Amino acid sequence: MRINCPLCGTRDRREFTYYGASVYADRPAESAGPEAWDDYLHLRDNPAGETTDLWYHELGCAAWIEVTRNTVTHEISGTRLLTAPEKGGAK
Amino acid sequence: MASLIETNACDGLLPISVGRAEMAECTAERITSVAPFKGRTRALGTGLKALGLGWPAPGTSQTSKAGSILWTGADQAFLIGADPAGLGASAALTDQSDGWARMRLAGPDAEKVLARLVALDLRTAACPVGEVRRSGLNHMPMVLWRSGEDAFEIFVFRSMAATAVHEMAAAMRAVAARDRFD
Ligand SMILES: [Zn+2]
Repeated sequence: MRINCPLCGTRDRREFTYYGASVYADRPAESAGPEAWDDYLHLRDNPAGETTDLWYHELGCAAWIEVTRNTVTHEISGTRLLTAPEKGGAK
Repeated sequence: MASLIETNACDGLLPISVGRAEMAECTAERITSVAPFKGRTRALGTGLKALGLGWPAPGTSQTSKAGSILWTGADQAFLIGADPAGLGASAALTDQSDGWARMRLAGPDAEKVLARLVALDLRTAACPVGEVRRSGLNHMPMVLWRSGEDAFEIFVFRSMAATAVHEMAAAMRAVAARDRFD
């Protein structure tokens, strides 16, 4: 399997680390209620079809990448940087 | 205080020459990691311009009389040789001069040697002179800089210098052995 890093180009899967569903990047506000935190930490959708995951380009440019894939066809339809470049890591 | 000995990362390991490839340690130069502060990229560009350089696009480098700047990752570049003093207000600067083992692989077989340890297309058409790649040298994190048609600079963490030289030497011997049958 190969993943297209928006900065480095297409690279071997072994250069990346998998971090689960991309909702993990959408952290609730500190003041959010326990239900929101419970949802964020423990509850995940399990779609038959398109889903988005987080991958870290560990052995490459160290960017966080959101990968869109299809759980039925296994097709990867897109990748994008989780943070805009040149913002010092801020969203 | 104990008497400390100053050594380069590859002291006692390099140079080596096998077949049509040779590897040597690069002359020690100042290496500064440059990471732009949020919203300060324009100011950083001005600071770099004073050095005859600019912010490098992903996978590229720029060289001037003052030194070189290599893209080394998301929002990060290495300034090599040049004095970073004018960039402090617009970027986080970290002196990494002693943190890297910097080697130069050269010769007609340089590409073939790297092909054994690096999972990238390094033909000049895919990786022209002056371009930079972040990838693995086998399992070691690496900055690879194509400095010439038949020459590459390889940066690995200083603690991995001996492993890198060991694995490169094995690849050089294997390629030289194959050459005898060509
Ligand atoms: Zn990358």
